[in-house]
This record gives sequence, C-alpha cells and structure tokens, in this order.
Amino acid sequence: MKYEAVIGLEIHVQIKTASKMFTAAPVGFGEEPNTLTDPVVLALPGVLPVMNKKAIDQIIKSGLLLGCDIAPVCKWDRKNYFYPDNPKNYQISQYDRPICVGGKVEIEMPGPSRNVMGDHHFVELTRIHLEEDVGKLNHFDNDSLVDYNRAGTPLMEIVTEPVMHSPEEAFAFLTALKQAMIYAGISDCDMEKGQLRCDANISIRPAGETKLGVKVELKNLNSITGVRNGIEFEINRQIRAVEKGESLVQETRRWNAEQGITTPMRSKEMAHDYRYFPDPDLMPVEVDEDWKARLRAELPELPFEKQRRYFEQFDLPYTLTSVLVPDRKLSAYFEEAVAAHPDKPQAVANWIANDLLRELSTAGRSITDSPIAPSQIAGLVKLVDGGTISNNIAKEVFIHMFQTGKDPEVIVEEKGLKQSTDTGELETWADEAIANNPASVEAWLGGKETAVNFLKGQVMKASKGKANPQIVDKILKEKLGALR
Amino acid sequence: MKHSIDIDYVANLARIALTDEEKETFSRQLDDVLGYIEKLNEVDVSGIEPTAHAFPVKNVWRDDVAGEAFPVETALANAPAKRQNMIVVPKVVE
Repeated sequence: MKYEAVIGLEIHVQIKTASKMFTAAPVGFGEEPNTLTDPVVLALPGVLPVMNKKAIDQIIKSGLLLGCDIAPVCKWDRKNYFYPDNPKNYQISQYDRPICVGGKVEIEMPGPSRNVMGDHHFVELTRIHLEEDVGKLNHFDNDSLVDYNRAGTPLMEIVTEPVMHSPEEAFAFLTALKQAMIYAGISDCDMEKGQLRCDANISIRPAGETKLGVKVELKNLNSITGVRNGIEFEINRQIRAVEKGESLVQETRRWNAEQGITTPMRSKEMAHDYRYFPDPDLMPVEVDEDWKARLRAELPELPFEKQRRYFEQFDLPYTLTSVLVPDRKLSAYFEEAVAAHPDKPQAVANWIANDLLRELSTAGRSITDSPIAPSQIAGLVKLVDGGTISNNIAKEVFIHMFQTGKDPEVIVEEKGLKQSTDTGELETWADEAIANNPASVEAWLGGKETAVNFLKGQVMKASKGKANPQIVDKILKEKLGALR
Repeated sequence: MKHSIDIDYVANLARIALTDEEKETFSRQLDDVLGYIEKLNEVDVSGIEPTAHAFPVKNVWRDDVAGEAFPVETALANAPAKRQNMIVVPKVVE
C-alpha cells in the first residue's frame, strides 16, 4: 500500500531583544551560568512581570509579515507544570487568545537541479503566540544542573497546520521561515544557539485517505539536518510498523541524531495537563490600526518577492538570485552597486556572487566587512564596459582592490594597466607577429580563419595583456587582408 | 466517601507524595474549596462580557532596556545545593 505522511511543525523562535520578556534582566547566549537573572527570572516572592514592548512589536511584525490576523485583544495565561527549568512552576504563555491568528509562508521546493528553480507554494499557519523561554538543564549520571540564563527570553511559538507531506517540504518551510525572520531582524535564528527550535507532529495514512492518522510528536530536532533526517526516519518507522501489522500509539518521541533513530520519551514526564488560566499579574494587550500601520511600514520586502523583482528588474538568472537574495546584506550591497552603474546588473551580480564572495570567504570576512565598497565594484564593471581594461585585467585589478581597498581607476592608473589603444604601438606588434609567424599567415591566407588567433596571442603577449583584443583583431585582419 | 476530585491525579501533577490519611484530608478540603467556589455559579452573568481582569487597564509595558543582573552568588544564594555555578536538582530524565 502507498502511504502519505502528514506533517505539522511547531517552531520556537527567540525574539532578539536586549532584555527579557517580563523583566529588565539582560538576554544573552554563552555567558557564565546564572549570570542573567534577577528577582523576576528567579520568581522571588513579591515580584511582578512587566511586558517588554519591543517583543510585542516584533511578534506583531512577524504576524504582519506572514499574513496573520492580529488579534485586537490578546491576553496572557499561566501554563502550569512542575519541572526545574522554570522556577515559577508555570510558564507565562498565551492559550486561547494568541496575538497572531492564521497566516501563511511561501516556500520553494527543491528544483530538478541546483540551477533550476523549484515549485513554490504556501504553507498555512495556525497561530503565533508569545511566551517566555525556560532555563536549561544539564543532565549528569546522578543529578541535573540548572542554568537560568535562558529563562525569560522572549519566545515566539509558530504553529503550522498539518499540511506538509515530506521531510523536504518541512525543510523548505523552515528555510523560508528562517529567512523571513532574519530579513525582518526579528531573530538571528541560529539553531546551534537555540534561537530557533523545531518540533514536528507526524502521522501517516493510506494515500487517498482524508482522516488524520495517529500523531507522534517528535522533539529534539535541533539542527537543520536533524529536521530533515528525523522526520524522514519517523515517517519510515511508522510505515514499517503499520506494514508489520502493529498499531501506532499517540506518543512523544525524541530524535537521537547520533544513532539516527527516534525513541519514545517517558510518558510519565509528559502529563499534558497544564491547567491554563489567565495570568492575573498581566494586563491584556490591545492592538489598534495605528500600531499595526506603524509596524507595517517597517516590514522588509520578503526574500521571494525580492527574487521576483530581480528577475524582472535586472533580468538576473535564478542561480545568481539564489546566491544574492537569501542574505539581506548581500542583496543590499548588490543593489547599491547596481545603483552606481545601472547598465550591467548581471555583470555586477557576477562579480559579487563569484569573485567577491570567494575572496571574502578565503579571508574569513563578511560582506559588511568587505574591503571593496559597492561603488568600487560598479567602477570596475564600468572600466570593462568602457573598454578601458579587458576582463582578464579586471580580475587582476579586483584582487588588488580586495587587498588594498583602492578604487579600480587608481589601481589601473598606478599599475599602468590601461588597455592599449595606441594603434601605432599595436601596428608595430602586429607587423612583428606577421613577420615572425609565416606558418600562421599561410594558414590564414589558405582560408583557415582561426589561424589569426595565434597571431593575436602574440600581440597580446607583447602588450602584456593591455591591448584591446577587438582592436588587435581588426588591425591584424586588415594587414593580413592586404597580403592576399 | 466519594470526592469530586481525583486526589492521586492532582498529587501527581503537583509532584507530591501523600499518605492515605493525607489523601482523605486534602480531598475533603479541596471539596470544600470547590463547593465554596461553586457559589459563583449562582450569580446571574447573562449579558456580562467575559474578561480576564477586574480592571479596564491594558498595554502596561516597559521599553526594551537591559538592567543589572544579579551577581551569580546572589542568584544562587537560596539554592540548597550548587555546582559549577548551577543549581543541583535530582536527576530528571527526559
């Protein structure tokens, strides 16, 4: 029998702020344990939480970016559970009145090859709500150690509808979501730092069936490859079990990346009875049209929108857009360069996507730290366009630009790299090439057109690469033609 | 005696162990509490909008400015046991 997998994702994204969700304690990663706490984080008696305005702004922005409805009124609830990752014994979250409802994320499925764009479609969201992150437990043989540095960090939970059907689709969704969040400056989404975490709800059903199968919640998908591999393993495990005649149980399983398998988590630890109730310490949030309009004005162009604009406005091929677009800073760099020389966007894009990125990567630098300014890339393309230097010389100039940060015009001047258009000099070299290479001349006269290339090579060599190849070609053909 | 609350379930959620005697005592007490709260059901609330709060106050927030954190010694002052600047708790298996 053929089976269809049904996947829904729950994604936690830390919102990038300076202070915590409900108190002024600083937010950070990699600090010494328990150095980012204060009375509210540790739930000392008598403390009261106060909302972080920026975190609310940022989640509304996320909602607007992903086409959610923003609830006119939302409130806070306590999710009660006893576990040492949270000193209050409840997590402040949003239960029945989340701030963002619905929404959708455009994703790109893998194309038939790397150079070819894949199909696009939307993945529907159920909701996005805001909550506080919890502390981190480190498990040892005989005890566990608790670090509350992460506790209280603003955290968004993004829930999708169960509408995805393959590990590739889940991966594409995560990639698109991550890019949108990074673009809007909402989060850095570094999975290694726990800024983006992913759980998956996975079930299978016979192809054609419309009812959902028994759902398994898969946790610990803590890397981008973990998401793909974990989901793939779990789908296959469920299919194998059903084919063997076993019945699936609703459970929570954990992805073990080292062994490449999923294992059941102890059901005792996950009594899902959180006894939610409204948090009396916090007042509701009301969002009016003015507030939304203010935030809407700050929204960036989404990556896929930008890609479509690059196709239309600059006629760039897919391969170039897929390098430039995912990195907002890189695309900003590109657009600044194109603005300085709008005639050849594709040449500008090529210099950036190929040469500049290669040199930056070798030097271990980022685009914001590039020794070459966007206007200098434009200047280089302009020099090639105007026939001042050849493409080959441009490569050499580029390396000097990268090393020194000097303008291309200055380097060309200093190194005397200007393409030679001094026809007197070129004619002398052409005469020499013809006199010294009778075999090539014979061949050309005998009808072998390509024989001129050898002669051209001699002239280029004599000019140390500075001769303009088109002009050399013209001079040689004139002189050869005269020999007929 | 039949109680309206499942005391074993509630005790498990609260991660506490109760003796049989305590179970009986707390079941009775919780019944009393629930019975008292039940009185609220006698109030006629038709035509009253549900609310999460008694006061019409909203949008109480602060700007995102980081303040001082506790020194680690202060943060751990109440911890019964600590190691490597972290709080030691009984082993919790995931």
